[in-house]
Amino acid sequence: MTPLLIENGRLVDPSQSIDRVARVLVTGGLIAAINPDDGDLPPNVRRIDARGRIVAPGLIDLGTELREPGREEDETIETGGNAALAGGFTTILCAANTYPPIDSPGAVEFVRQKAQRARTCRIHVIACLSRGREGVDMAELSLLAEAGAVGFSDAPRPTSNSALLKKALEYCHMLDLPIYDLPLVPELTGTGVMHEGRVSTILGLQGLPTEAEDLAVTRDLRLAEATGGRLHIGPISTLQGVELIKRAKQRGINISASVWPQTLSSMTDKELESFDARFKVRPPLRNERHIEVCREALIDGTIDCISTGHTPRAREKKVNDLDLAPFGMVSLETTLASINTDMIRPGLLSWPDAITRLSTRPAEIAGVPGGSLKPGSPADIVIIDPDIAWTVRGDAFQSRSNSTPWEGKQLFGQATHAIVGGEVRFERHA
Amino acid sequence: MSQTLPEPPSSWNRRHLLGLQDLSVDELRTLLDTAQQLKEATNNCREKLSLLAGKTCANLFFENSTRTRNSFSLAAKRLGADTVEFSSSGSSVAKGETFIDTAKTIEAMGVDWVVTRHQTPGTPHLLARELSCSVLNAGDGPHEHPTQGLLDILTIRQHRGNIDGLTVALVGDIAHSRTARSNIWGLKKLGAHVILCGPSTLVSHRWRELDVEVAYNLDEILPRCDVLNLLRIQFERQTTRPFPSVHEYANLYAMNTDRMRRSKSDILIMAPGPINRGVEITPEVADGPHSVILEQVTNGIAVRMAALWLLANAPHNSSTSEPIVH
Repeated sequence: MTPLLIENGRLVDPSQSIDRVARVLVTGGLIAAINPDDGDLPPNVRRIDARGRIVAPGLIDLGTELREPGREEDETIETGGNAALAGGFTTILCAANTYPPIDSPGAVEFVRQKAQRARTCRIHVIACLSRGREGVDMAELSLLAEAGAVGFSDAPRPTSNSALLKKALEYCHMLDLPIYDLPLVPELTGTGVMHEGRVSTILGLQGLPTEAEDLAVTRDLRLAEATGGRLHIGPISTLQGVELIKRAKQRGINISASVWPQTLSSMTDKELESFDARFKVRPPLRNERHIEVCREALIDGTIDCISTGHTPRAREKKVNDLDLAPFGMVSLETTLASINTDMIRPGLLSWPDAITRLSTRPAEIAGVPGGSLKPGSPADIVIIDPDIAWTVRGDAFQSRSNSTPWEGKQLFGQATHAIVGGEVRFERHA
Repeated sequence: MSQTLPEPPSSWNRRHLLGLQDLSVDELRTLLDTAQQLKEATNNCREKLSLLAGKTCANLFFENSTRTRNSFSLAAKRLGADTVEFSSSGSSVAKGETFIDTAKTIEAMGVDWVVTRHQTPGTPHLLARELSCSVLNAGDGPHEHPTQGLLDILTIRQHRGNIDGLTVALVGDIAHSRTARSNIWGLKKLGAHVILCGPSTLVSHRWRELDVEVAYNLDEILPRCDVLNLLRIQFERQTTRPFPSVHEYANLYAMNTDRMRRSKSDILIMAPGPINRGVEITPEVADGPHSVILEQVTNGIAVRMAALWLLANAPHNSSTSEPIVH
C-alpha cells in the first residue's frame, strides 16, 4: 500500500485537541505520525496537497439503511458504501431492516462479506433486537455479537414492548454493546405524514405529534436508568425530548442521543405546503422552535452526535401521494454539507465540535475503530473542502435512490477524499 | 348566450382551481359573479349552452362521490363540453398504477380539464405540476374543496346580498372537513366572522391561529349566528373515536327544532351533504323553511360551470407563473 503524506491542510482532530495546519503521514494503513520530519518520509510517499481544506478523522454514521438483502431497488451494500465515501463517511453502521431482517449470525455474515467485497467504507452491522424484528422476543444477541454485530436495534421500528427493552438492556450488560432505540409511540403517530401543528391543520394532513417522541424518550430514559444498560436514543427532534435528555444527563444516566441533519436545517414543516413527498421524512421537518432547541442541544453537547438518517427509497416509491409515499431520504452525501451550511458557516458550531459529533463521539458510542488520527490508529481520514458551493441533484448521487429534501438547494462544502485504512477509496475530481 | 355573458375578465389568469386559500378577493368575486350569471343564463342551471363545445372534461375520482361528480358532469354538459368518467375501483389504480400515471394517461386522450378527487391532501397540486391541462380540485382528503366552498358562499350571498359582517358557524367534524377549510378561507376573505364549533377532539385549539373563533358549546353561539353550516361526521377518515357515541354528539350539536327556536329568525341552515338525519340535523330542520340545502346543490352546478369556463379562458401560459402552492 502506497504511503500517504497529507500536507498543508487544517488538521482537525478533537481526540487529540488538534486544530492547526499540520501534515499527516500514513503508512501500512495506520496513522504513522503527525508532522513527521522530512527525513522520516518513506521514499515512495504519495503527497496529497490539502491546502485550504480540512483533514479530519473519517466520519462515522450510527444509522444507515442499506436495504440489502431484499430491497436492492432502494440501495445495496455497495451503492450505500459508495455514497458514504462520497459524503466523507469512512464507517457506517447499517440498520437491520432488510428482508429478511438481520436477526441471525448468517445474516450478519452476509452483510460483512458483501461489505468486504465491495471495498467501500467500513460497514458494521447493527443487528435486530428482536427475532424477526417483531418486537416480542429477544434475538440471539450473544450469537449475533459473536458474528460481528456491534449493537442492536429494531429501528426504524420503535421498541414498543417495554418489557423487551428492559430485558435487552439488562442482557446487553454482559455483552457491553449498545442498544439503539427510535423514540416513538406508534399509537400516537398513526398514519401521520408531517409535524403536527398549524401547517398540518391547514393542509389537512395527518400529523406526527411531538408527544409521540417525548413519551418514548421518557420511557427509554427510565429504563436506561433502571438497568444501567448502554442505550442510544435517536433521532431526537423535539424541544421536550431535548429537555428530558438534558435532565437525565444531569442526573448521571448513561445514555447518548443523536439528531438527524434535517432537524438542524433551515427547512421547516412549511415545506410540506408543496405536498412533495421528498419532504416526507421521519422525524418530520418541525417548526422553528424545535429546530432552535435541537441546534442548541447539539452545540452544548446534550445531543452527542449527528447521524445521517440515510433511508433510501427507490424513485418509484416516492413518486406518489403523501399518504402512500414512504418516509425516507438519502442523506449520506448531503449531511456534511448541510451541517456546514446550517451550523458551521453561520458560526453556530466550530469545525472541531462538528467533527466531534460526526466522528469522535459516534466511534465512542458504537465502540468501533475510528474517530481519531492518533498515531497507530487506522488511517480513516476525510479531507473536506468547506467552501465548495454546489447545488444538490439527487440524480448525481452515488446512492441508488435520489429523494432528498435538499434537492435543488445550494449547500457549501464537500468531501474531496475519503481514505479507509490508508487507501484512498474516494477522490472527487473538480 | 355568448352575447349576454361578459367575457372573462382579463385579470383572470389561473389555469387551475386547487383551493380558496390562495385566491384573491377579486378572484373569489369573479367566480361568484360568473356563477350567478351562468345560473341565470341557463335558467337555474337547467338549459344548455355551447360556450365550451368541443372541449372535454375528465372526472378522475379516486374516492367515491355521487353529488360532486354528477354536478361537475352536468356543469360541463350544460356548457356543451364532453365528459370522461373515471373511477379508481376496478381501474389500473387498483392494479398498482400511481394516480399520477393514470391521470397522465387520461390526459393523453385529449382532455382540457381534469377534475380530481382523492383521499390524500395535495394530490391536485401534484397533478397541476405534472399535467398540462387545467386541474380542478373536487376534494383532496381533508384539505380543500374549493367549489363546495364557493357554492356555500354563493348560496349565502343570494340570501343575504353580502358576506361582509355575517357570522357563519361551521359545526361538526372540522378536523376532517375539506369543506370547512375552503369555507374558512373564502368567508374570511369576504369579511365574515367565522366560528368553528364541535367537540374539542374535532376542533383543535390551533384553529384560533387562523383568526377564527373556536367554540365548543353550540347553544352559546347560536343566538349570534346568521348561518349554520352543519358538517357531516366523517367516520371514514377518523382513526380513533373522537366522541363517545353518536347519541351524545347529536345531543350536543344536532340542529333541531328546539335549537331553531333559540336562533335568529332569519338563520340559514346549510349542509354540504350527504346529511345524516338525526346526527347533525333533524328531519324537521333539514326540510324546514330555513334550510337551503337543495339550493346549495343547484348552485353547485353554477359554480362548477363558472370554474370550467374561467379556467378554459385563462391565458395558456399562465400555469407557469401561477402559484400552485399556498
